[in-house]
Amino acid sequence: MSGGPNLPSAQIAGNPPVGEHGALSCGKALKFSPEARKRVDHLLTRYPTKQAALLPTLWEAQREWGWISREAVDHVAEVLELAPAFVWGVVTFYTMYNRAPVGKHLIQFCTSISCHLADAEGVYAECRKRLGDLKPGETSKDGKFTVIEVECLAQCDKAPAVMVNDDDYAVITKDNLDSFLGGLK
Amino acid sequence: MSKTPVPKGFTPVHSARFGKKGSQKLAGYEADGGYASWKKVAKGWKSGDFTPAKIIDMVKASGLRGRGGAGFPTGLKWTFVPPKEKRGGKPVYLLCNADESEPGTFKDRLIMEEDPHQLLEGMLIASAALDVKHAYIYIRGEMVRCAEVLNEAVAEAYAAGYLGKDILGSGLDIDLTVHRGAGAYICGEETALIESLEGKRGHPRIKPPFPAVSGVWDCPTVVNNVETLAAVKFILDNGPEWFKGMGRNEKNTGPKLYCVSGHVEKPGVYEAPMGIKFMDLLALCGGMKGGKKLKAVIPGGASAAILTAAEVADLPMDFDGVAAAKSMLGSAAIMVMDETTDIPKAVTNISKFFAHESCGQCTPCREGTPWLNKMLKRLIKGEGKRDDLDLLLQISNQMGNGMTICVFSDAAIAPVISGITKFRDEFEAYLSKAKAPDFALAAPAEVTPKVADRVAEGIHG
Repeated sequence: MSGGPNLPSAQIAGNPPVGEHGALSCGKALKFSPEARKRVDHLLTRYPTKQAALLPTLWEAQREWGWISREAVDHVAEVLELAPAFVWGVVTFYTMYNRAPVGKHLIQFCTSISCHLADAEGVYAECRKRLGDLKPGETSKDGKFTVIEVECLAQCDKAPAVMVNDDDYAVITKDNLDSFLGGLK
Repeated sequence: MSKTPVPKGFTPVHSARFGKKGSQKLAGYEADGGYASWKKVAKGWKSGDFTPAKIIDMVKASGLRGRGGAGFPTGLKWTFVPPKEKRGGKPVYLLCNADESEPGTFKDRLIMEEDPHQLLEGMLIASAALDVKHAYIYIRGEMVRCAEVLNEAVAEAYAAGYLGKDILGSGLDIDLTVHRGAGAYICGEETALIESLEGKRGHPRIKPPFPAVSGVWDCPTVVNNVETLAAVKFILDNGPEWFKGMGRNEKNTGPKLYCVSGHVEKPGVYEAPMGIKFMDLLALCGGMKGGKKLKAVIPGGASAAILTAAEVADLPMDFDGVAAAKSMLGSAAIMVMDETTDIPKAVTNISKFFAHESCGQCTPCREGTPWLNKMLKRLIKGEGKRDDLDLLLQISNQMGNGMTICVFSDAAIAPVISGITKFRDEFEAYLSKAKAPDFALAAPAEVTPKVADRVAEGIHG
């Protein structure tokens, strides 16, 4: 099992080394905090099956621990009475569950067609260059930035569109890239 | 007070409250006459002034067609739900498709961010009509802030008694839950959305059975787009005749939100009567950016066939108008490209999207989409082979026309086929120094015109 607490600094988001049931270990057993558990219990009242609460419960896990580790998968599986392998299968289908730790600011560049028409690929490459020649998905040495490419963010009128963690940013160009990055403390 | 200009003589409907201070809040919505229709329905429920049949008839009479892409008549879709005695005690579910992921589409986001109660009111009316006790809004994972606005609106509606048990004394019990996805374009396909809501990978189901008969949790299910459900509220407010009075003809009715992006002066969401001419819409957007010349338009999201400037010159932007031009209105995501646009590069970009988003169930799509992308990437690098264009068309043809469970594959090939067919010289230019192919093609490529028809059925239920 690779990974564990001593993660390589250049971790590719969404493409971690393969562990026993596929997920990367965080090195310790995990359990929801009482507040998170309360939110999960509330979720369970909104669906006729426990399984239906899987996506929102994984969101709670990511909110608690920042990414979905092997131990997070195991805990979610236990709470929802599902097989860990099933949970991991669902995690890997969706792009937004981080399968490895990411930087404090997860910068997501849309490069789909409308943003492509506004040179999003160029801005994306320039952004990685200015943050120290980061590879796609790589986290900066200080742990502050991870830069990835994503598909359409439904902000095509604000091309090139960017998301940082949960927030939307409009019209990020090579010209305003420095002030955009400067604003991310 | 729409944020964007509207055509002369047209009063904005969906966008009327966009940009208004406090437009998201219940108090402001009620002050502008919001929930009047819902109150009328609730009040008339016990007395029989309002019945499911009456609401469904109004929606049918309005001519409302699904705004998510397929353009299927909404009222008709609703009648596919089996009557109570044939449901075996199973509940009916209403799912609002807010997985707005089609490249170029950003209208549903605006409804939910700026005026969420118009959607909730539409969903309540639809729930009453369809005997729904629990409705869900499946919102795409990326719209975190938007989901927060919706959740606040839902909480307000519960507190005001518009949602919950015995709503306004009507005897109606309706719950509503906002459910966030986690990043997967395919979940906009209605059966993939259902699978995803059940907590699974978003793999489209084989139809039949159709969701109306057996959908989420094996129960009768109606999946409607955000704008479609919001329109129901306005139909109840103003009557089906008013709705039908807008639009080009009786099959293309109502107000429509158009998402315009790309090389225009002012990209944005523009509301107009269904069937506005493309050039009139372009004028509302301030014309072409920098006064450049129009080259091509994608009229309905990345899944739609590309149209040339000549093809859009007099094109009515409605379901049948765009379908007649062998493309589709889809979600009305209009991407405008000027004379500087490199079409092969644009098509390659779109092929990247589909290669990334294929769910992987069906071989033609799982293998075909990355293959198209690799071929196109090789081509724009100047490393293409002489027969590549015909090979691309031939492979595309093998991916479409019902070879797969859902229409994703048909959507993926539409831009490739239309791009190569209509802008072949630009693709040829990349092949000017091309080498001989590794092998000869067995037969000339055939492009079946039916592909466009099938794509027009839409990937977004």
